[in-house]
Amino acid sequence: MSTRIERRFAALQAEGRGGLVVFVTAGDPAYETSREIVLGLPAAGADVIELGMPFTDPMADGPAIQASSLRALKAGQNMKKTLQLVRDFRAREQDTPIVLMGYYNPIYSYGVDRFLKDAGNAGVDGLIVVDLPPEEDQELCLPALKAGLNFIRLATPTTDDQRLPTVLNNTSGFVYYVSIMGITGTRSASSTDIGAAVARLKRHTDLPVAVGFGITDAQSAAAVARVADAAVVGSAVVGRIAGSLDRDGRPQAETVRATLDLVTELAAGVRGARA
Amino acid sequence: MSTAPAAQPNSYRTGPDEHGRFGIFGGRFVAETLMPLILEVEKAYKAAKADPGFADEMEYYRKHYIGRPSPLYFAERLTRELGGAKVYMKRDELNHTGSHKVNNCLGQALLARRMKKTRIIAETGAGQHGVATATLCALFNLPCTVYMGATDIARQQPNVFRMKLLGAEVIPVTSGTATLKDAMNEALRDWVANVENTFYIIGTAAGPHPYPSMVRDFQSVIGTETKAQMLEAEGRLPDTLVACIGGGSNAIGLFHPFLDDREVEIIGVEAGGDGIETGRHAASLTGGRPGVLHGNRTYLLQNDDGQIIDAHSISAGLDYPGIGPEHSWLHEMKRVKYVSATDQEALDAFQHLARVEGIIPALEPAHALAHVMKLAPTRPKDNIIVMNLCGRGDKDIFAVAERLGTKL
Repeated sequence: MSTRIERRFAALQAEGRGGLVVFVTAGDPAYETSREIVLGLPAAGADVIELGMPFTDPMADGPAIQASSLRALKAGQNMKKTLQLVRDFRAREQDTPIVLMGYYNPIYSYGVDRFLKDAGNAGVDGLIVVDLPPEEDQELCLPALKAGLNFIRLATPTTDDQRLPTVLNNTSGFVYYVSIMGITGTRSASSTDIGAAVARLKRHTDLPVAVGFGITDAQSAAAVARVADAAVVGSAVVGRIAGSLDRDGRPQAETVRATLDLVTELAAGVRGARA
Repeated sequence: MSTAPAAQPNSYRTGPDEHGRFGIFGGRFVAETLMPLILEVEKAYKAAKADPGFADEMEYYRKHYIGRPSPLYFAERLTRELGGAKVYMKRDELNHTGSHKVNNCLGQALLARRMKKTRIIAETGAGQHGVATATLCALFNLPCTVYMGATDIARQQPNVFRMKLLGAEVIPVTSGTATLKDAMNEALRDWVANVENTFYIIGTAAGPHPYPSMVRDFQSVIGTETKAQMLEAEGRLPDTLVACIGGGSNAIGLFHPFLDDREVEIIGVEAGGDGIETGRHAASLTGGRPGVLHGNRTYLLQNDDGQIIDAHSISAGLDYPGIGPEHSWLHEMKRVKYVSATDQEALDAFQHLARVEGIIPALEPAHALAHVMKLAPTRPKDNIIVMNLCGRGDKDIFAVAERLGTKL
């Protein structure tokens, strides 16, 4: 039985285009606005949704996603509400995969078994947990695979050929290539480097490769979609949310539209990339 | 949610296992970008440990640069005043740079040199670890960047200036709560971006494996010396060891060589802040539960959703919502007893030691002293207590003056 993620990447391949993976933090800037944004993402052109589980100490994230996480927490977001957001989405939309992304402690605190059960029932398709390298697979990766969820691993420029098989083992759905050494939303890699890196990954795996970190606009998204199976955009999207808020951080009438407009632009870039 | 204590092991000194675990605690919970380097550090440290040349180098600088061994001092007047057990103090505040932190920095700086790393980063709370790191970097001519919470910079100005004098760059951290945990987040973010040339000197016995055991090994010189000095002074081991705990590096350094001497009672003192019942404290074991942060599983201050809660302590060095994983394990094994002392108790002990023994302690060991002052009077006169006086109080006089309402 194939998963929603596998079906989506197969469809993209059949269409002959790269995909757009959009990251937003669940509950940013507040539950209702976040829900409207997430519900609007498929129509705006997101092929896969990465939904951030907010955490107080996002060690691998830059200022934009840190701020987004803190906005969501301040507005009262928690794991229960994040899973509720997925349920709300699934009640309306059955085809777009949702990957929960974040750090281990909120999951560990919720309870791994309970989390996997509730996430599966809510309609979550995969997990990306930044601080769980293969060395800690028994914590969540193996139970998640057993529960039928995809476990998507990050590969980085420091993951050399010797280590790649370790990273790819137990990875499913797709591989997330972190194109730079660094945190989210800071530097960008050249498309030449990205092309070479994707080619290297493809020598080791048949899984689709999505590339993220440092993709800021339609042009850079298109450049990535030319050489990879998908481009991931996060900081730029949550940055757009931040830019639309009032001085007290409250959502404005245009917050949802402004955010989805950016996603529409990114999607146009990605869709036209190989034309 | 504490796990049931396992059967008593044959030895408490064999951890961690090959996965970097002490029971369920420890591990390597880091981003993939760092993982290859973490494995490299582990390999390099293993090789260094097996190399007598590394031990010789450590020994040379310990003796000639840090000034070890530090004295084990019988606090005669304090003992008389308290009217019970004999109180000894391990004088690690007399080390060059004024605290035990330098023991660890020396080891890690030498390791960084062996690994041909050309840049050092560190986090600091009170600034003691930052000063010790900046000092070794000056000695070994390595560029040094120290991350420090903006809140801590405001309350530890003398140490900030010291670091700058030593040539380090001090970067204020304003993210999150702008204290030690955020400084550590920021240092990790720097490391991820500069992993090829940079070595991260972590200041306490926490973080991803191999840091907790590596830092413990470097700090164990405290306990090893204490054991020999105590045998020389009294012809026997002490009855009780007491040390303060933030991350817990001074404590594990004193405790570890004694863990298998089961007749020795061992007590760790966490920062009780305004009192455990107020929720404003930094006592991870007393008031927290197991979780995963900064590369390891350990006891953490966190809310029901697994979000990290701010720690509160008068002492910037103890103001951390976690604790080294080996302490979490020793707590669950019940080999070490963990208690707490409040801000006020530490403040009283701070002033008391200055008047009775002519020693101004740092606010961190003032917490240990506060417990010793409660404990000693209840013990017979032939009992012996050793407390780790792990830092001196020069850095704290401004904060204490302010708290006491004295204008300097």
